Amino acid sequence: MDKTVPDLEAAIAGIEDGMVVMVGGFGGSGAPIELIHALIDRFKANGSPKNLTIVNNNAGNGRIGIAAMIDAGMVGKMICSFPRSADPRAFTEKYLAGEIGLELVPQGTLAERIRAAGAGIPAFYTPASYGTDVAKGKPVAEFDGKHYVQERWLKADVAILKAELADTLGNLTYRKAARNFSPLMAAAAAKTIVQATKIVQPGDIDPEHVVTPGIFVDAIVQVSDPKQEEALMREGVAYA
Amino acid sequence: MTSKLSNAQIAWRAAQDIEDGAYVNLGIGFPEMVAKFQPPGKQAIFHTENGVLNFGEAPAPGEEDWDLINAGKKAITLRPGAAFFHHADSFGMVRGGHLDVAILGTYEVAENGDLANWSTGPKGVPAVGGAMDLVHGAKRVAVITDHVTKDGRPKLVKRCALPLTGVGCVTRVYTSLAVLDIEDERFVLREKLPTMSVAELQAVTGAELVLPDQIGDLVAPEL
Repeated sequence: MDKTVPDLEAAIAGIEDGMVVMVGGFGGSGAPIELIHALIDRFKANGSPKNLTIVNNNAGNGRIGIAAMIDAGMVGKMICSFPRSADPRAFTEKYLAGEIGLELVPQGTLAERIRAAGAGIPAFYTPASYGTDVAKGKPVAEFDGKHYVQERWLKADVAILKAELADTLGNLTYRKAARNFSPLMAAAAAKTIVQATKIVQPGDIDPEHVVTPGIFVDAIVQVSDPKQEEALMREGVAYA
Repeated sequence: MTSKLSNAQIAWRAAQDIEDGAYVNLGIGFPEMVAKFQPPGKQAIFHTENGVLNFGEAPAPGEEDWDLINAGKKAITLRPGAAFFHHADSFGMVRGGHLDVAILGTYEVAENGDLANWSTGPKGVPAVGGAMDLVHGAKRVAVITDHVTKDGRPKLVKRCALPLTGVGCVTRVYTSLAVLDIEDERFVLREKLPTMSVAELQAVTGAELVLPDQIGDLVAPEL
């Protein structure tokens, strides 16, 4: 078995119009910039994929990554907890113009909805958002004298993630705080595509150190010198 | 009107109540300042929602590693004994009752413990982040805030008018003028500026203060 693919274009080949796409990362930490930009390249070349629903904690920053996808007009809806950033204009402009949808989800609920999808749990109860506007219309139940809100799993057609090390079977490690949502998204998506800084052979990653087991991963592409979103922001790079 | 504590002094006061070894989450912005004022001999372990325990101060300019950030997307450093974990574990720590203290900023806090700190109304782009999770699960949820808004209206109120972050979740409030506990859906005055009378404090508070026999002086060093 070998899950590696030769290049970014091949890695993203199955991402089609209207799909729900989970994008790893919290702000720039863990953002798979090269996979995102490969999607933008394809959209510019042949107009697809478009009308995507993007799941991420945020809604992009500046003119790169998810913000550049929004700028390009590829995104129909964001599912996120915090659509603000140092430079949120891409999302803000489209949102205020009514050109992009938003499902606002508390951050821990977002994580747990993704985790639940990967774990085969269709719904769960959380104390977060009880009694607030965010809970309107959702079932509520009382357990041991406290109120909880029912939330549903959040699945995706595809997840695009950034890992530090991958072996050819898809076992992954991450760099520092960059793992954030990625282990959850890997399990929640029907197809999980990973850009890894280095691809190694089975056995080269100590099984004790594997964070995401390869069962959750479908395709791996090596990006040896991945760009960091925050660093690109500070350089003033625009990808549009 | 008498003088008031600066934000740094409010943060200093809140830091004095954090026990040695406590696991602590500090909200984005002003609450992050609390970490600077750990009393000698008391070492808290700080949690950030994006998946780090036991982080330290910001790195020197130019030394940032942007894979190592806090919930406010600011670069951080690690202390010995730090740990990384994914987002579901991170919020499991929050909702599962494993944090000792969460210290948050606020727009309004009500005498029944309701907190409003995520939205000032329907205008603009709504953003909630982890606030609605953080107010549940920590053993103590404390708020640090100026006692009144910039235009002088009380931030401590009978009932919140702004959209709620959480219901009945706040247990202690540190303000620029006083320290209060929320008990039985009332503000109980624990400390106030010594230069201020109870009547003066009541006049800038939007709910009735409960006055115990002992009310301490709220005194902070120059910072």
